[in-house]
Amino acid sequence: MKVFWILSGLMAATMAFALTPEARRGLEIAREADTRDLGFGDFTADMEMILTNRQGKSSTRILRNRTLEQENDGDKLLVLFDNPRDVKGTAFLAFTHRQGPDDQWLYLPSLKRVKRISSGNKSGPFMGSEFAYEDLTSQEVDKYRYRFLGTENLNGIEAFKLERRPVDPKSGYTRQLVWYDQKEYRIYKIEFYDRKDALLKTLTYEGYQQYLGKYWRADRMFMQNHQTGKSTELRWKKYDFRTGLSDRNFDRNALKRAR
Amino acid sequence: MAPAPVPTPVPTPVPTPVPDTGIARYARGLIKYRWPVLIACFALVGFIASQARFLVINDDYRYFFKDDDPQLLAFNELQDTYNKNDNILFVVAPKDGQVFSKDALPAIEELTRQAWQIPFSTRVDSITNFQHTYAEADDLIVEDLVTDSAGLSSETVAHARRVALAEPLLRNRLIPEDTAVTGVNVTLELPGKETGEQRPAVAHARKLVEDMRTQYPDLDFFLTGFVMLNNAFEEASTHDMTTLVPLMYLVIAVMMALLLRSVSGTVATLLVIAMSVMVTMGATAWIGIPLSPPSAIAPTLVMTLAVADSIHILVTLIQEMRRGRGKHEAIVESLRLNMQPVFLTSLTTVIGFSSLNFAEVTSLNDLGNITTIGVTAAFVLSVTLLPALAAVLPLRVKPAETTATGMDRLADFIIARRKPVLALSALLVAGLAALVPTNMLNDQFIHYFDEALDFRRDTDFATTNLTGIYQIEFSLPAGSPGAISEPEFLNTIDQFAQWYRSQENVLHVDVLSDTMKRLNKNMHGDDPGYYRIPESREMSAQYLLLYEMSLPYGLDLNNRINVDKSATRMVVTLEDVATDRMRGLTEQGEDWLKTHAPTYMHVAGSGPPVMFSYLTVRNSIGMFQGTLLAFLMITFTLIFALRSLKYGLISLIPNLVPSIAAFGLWALMDGQINFGLTVVSALSIGVVVDDTVHFLSKYVRARREKGLDTEAAIRYAFSTVGRAMTVTTLVLILGFMIMMMSNFDMNEGMGKLTAMTLALALITDFLMLPALLLSLAPKQEALAGLPTQPAVPVS
Repeated sequence: MKVFWILSGLMAATMAFALTPEARRGLEIAREADTRDLGFGDFTADMEMILTNRQGKSSTRILRNRTLEQENDGDKLLVLFDNPRDVKGTAFLAFTHRQGPDDQWLYLPSLKRVKRISSGNKSGPFMGSEFAYEDLTSQEVDKYRYRFLGTENLNGIEAFKLERRPVDPKSGYTRQLVWYDQKEYRIYKIEFYDRKDALLKTLTYEGYQQYLGKYWRADRMFMQNHQTGKSTELRWKKYDFRTGLSDRNFDRNALKRAR
Repeated sequence: MAPAPVPTPVPTPVPTPVPDTGIARYARGLIKYRWPVLIACFALVGFIASQARFLVINDDYRYFFKDDDPQLLAFNELQDTYNKNDNILFVVAPKDGQVFSKDALPAIEELTRQAWQIPFSTRVDSITNFQHTYAEADDLIVEDLVTDSAGLSSETVAHARRVALAEPLLRNRLIPEDTAVTGVNVTLELPGKETGEQRPAVAHARKLVEDMRTQYPDLDFFLTGFVMLNNAFEEASTHDMTTLVPLMYLVIAVMMALLLRSVSGTVATLLVIAMSVMVTMGATAWIGIPLSPPSAIAPTLVMTLAVADSIHILVTLIQEMRRGRGKHEAIVESLRLNMQPVFLTSLTTVIGFSSLNFAEVTSLNDLGNITTIGVTAAFVLSVTLLPALAAVLPLRVKPAETTATGMDRLADFIIARRKPVLALSALLVAGLAALVPTNMLNDQFIHYFDEALDFRRDTDFATTNLTGIYQIEFSLPAGSPGAISEPEFLNTIDQFAQWYRSQENVLHVDVLSDTMKRLNKNMHGDDPGYYRIPESREMSAQYLLLYEMSLPYGLDLNNRINVDKSATRMVVTLEDVATDRMRGLTEQGEDWLKTHAPTYMHVAGSGPPVMFSYLTVRNSIGMFQGTLLAFLMITFTLIFALRSLKYGLISLIPNLVPSIAAFGLWALMDGQINFGLTVVSALSIGVVVDDTVHFLSKYVRARREKGLDTEAAIRYAFSTVGRAMTVTTLVLILGFMIMMMSNFDMNEGMGKLTAMTLALALITDFLMLPALLLSLAPKQEALAGLPTQPAVPVS
């Protein structure tokens, strides 16, 4: 395993030197942000998803989230659906990968079957919200190409401004603009540009709390779609770190048992 | 507008001095201060006209509707709940007539990919990116129906064809049964903040079509959809403004030169007209009225109507000079004689056009108001600028005279054959009147554009070969959040869709239950036995969740399901049907819901064609009231002007007959009444009445002042105003015939029907009116009953 790390470190270093100064700086910042969040192990959290349409009519979904950090791959993710009532007991499992498409399964209690979602698609709306699956899963460094655009004061926060372009051609975006605060490398804002490079959505993060004296999580994420006027708010509650979850809690059998 | 007092057959050798009336004093003052008047006119017109730079063209078809239009409100709510349906539809037609070929599919794939680049696009649907679902063991596979088609085997292509034709979402919507053409539908989300937003999208789409044609010469491409419709509105307006106005100008120049045989007179007229139009456009922009079809025709209308004022004043002026008056005295006399008739005819025209405010169509209100401004401006300029110009410009008069022998012969003919003429014309009018109700209200908005426009040709191609553009949309409520998954609800909407599919003229129904049936089949290993609504609400909800998580960007279900999953949108696509059929199918659908569905599902159909089909009815009711009011007001004006209840009432006949006869003839020629035609009676009455006024006032004056009997009075009327009426009516008919060259069918029809009405008005005034006057005359001429006061001195 050590060899792997050394090799990939060398490769990354080689690649980094082949990059422009802006790209190198961008990658550095993204790495630093990623590094600062390493080692959390696992966490659970409750999530409230509030969908609002152009007229201001809204609808709420309630989910529970379990995340397990992986040493040399993307995180494993288990989502339990509590509300709406019709999908209660439905569970979603994803193995995110640093490269290539993620593996995804959904357990349907009405059929008592686990269905693999065999789709390269990850750009569609998650539960009808303004969040795409790709906006919600772990932001692996390798999934983007970066460019440092400079520093900027974002509503009183000294921020780094980065541009990142998804590597996956199936992404719904051409690029994203990301603002990290310079102190803690937390994301404060992301602008999403669609396939014709028009501003599609803006995601803002609010109410960062620190857990275990190290890991920052936002209480509130707000996604505004500029083209349709719809928006989605995510409210995170009951963050709990290092709850003792293991790989056994993140397999197809665990999906059926998950409560 | 009033006919010109063209040379009287008997020229008076020594002109009597002009009486010193108020108007004469005004005219003398005007001549004295001609230079300040001219400068003031030019300055004022220049100032108002400068506002025209703020003129905007509103190209949104929704502008036809009032803000509180119930169908528009319902439709806006539907669009806010789901997504907007502004779209561009590309129709791809391979020259070998087969879409599922290794040559055509890559082009469709490429077009689908490129279409995402169109500004404001949020969604692209085609047969290649259709999200095909199938089962593979316990996997639900969701993928593009066709990918990398250049390297596909013919079996794979044939399979894709079978899937597409079996898919209710695609068949007859994006792929016809013969698979000879296909559609790539691009949904756009326009910000809706200003007009012309769609221009970059249209330009991009056209460029894309051009590029595709170069790259794939074996395929043809067509463009339609609502975004293209809006664009066609704008292009038709621009065409009318840029081609019809100059043409009208040319026609007026030629007519004036022929009639006046004077360069100065022609120049003065053209100046007055140009400045009237400039004031109109400036004031329109100032008030904030946007131009749109059909109101973009207003400049042409204003020119047509403005010219008559000038004819009036200049012809009398020249005639007075021929009689031996000096130029300035001739101006004074012309104004004295014409001020009131010009005012009166302008007033009736204003009344007629103001009644267009009774129309339900905003654009037609605008047309009425803009024209009213123009007619008022033309009146003011004709009695200020025109005489001042005449006083300044060199004006020479050639002593050429013609006698109106044709008119005398016409008078002889009527007097000799009054009974057969009256009987025959009464019979004809009765016959035509009987035909009027056979006209059908119809506003198929695609037919507003003539075949000269790409939009119309492309849309016709799409309608003939692929699918319809007319749709009825329903937002079907399921009663409570999440209830769209209830088996009962899904079964109801499924039956509703089946019912629509069984109706004539229905091409396609897009309904959620089809997707649910397909998913149920996929969930059970593609067993065709499961192609039915899932048994439980939970199943449907969970299948939907799974499906939604598998869909790519832009191809989600948010345009079919609302946020709390309490309602779904169903879209019925129809053939190119008339608006009454449109209304019928909408109402039958609503009735079906009332009979077969629970109360919370009793909703109304919506969508642009539905909106148009109801607007047609409301508009015609409004215009009927408006027209009636205009007739009443004009009849009162005539009773007052002629100072006679009897002649005022008689005037009703020559005023009404042309409209009735024209609509009767229209039933024979066309039989379709769109918005534009509903205003023809109202707008033409103000113009038609002028001929009646002139003929009747001459007749009445002959009876009262000259003490002539009926026959002699008719001869007098013919010989004094007969030729003038012919000339001015001809100018007006030509003006409205120029409107017929508009690309916008509403203007074309309006021009055609108005020109017909005006021609019929002249015929009525020359045949029916004198025959009527002769028949109504008492056997023994009882002149004592008539007031001795002169009628309004109409030349």
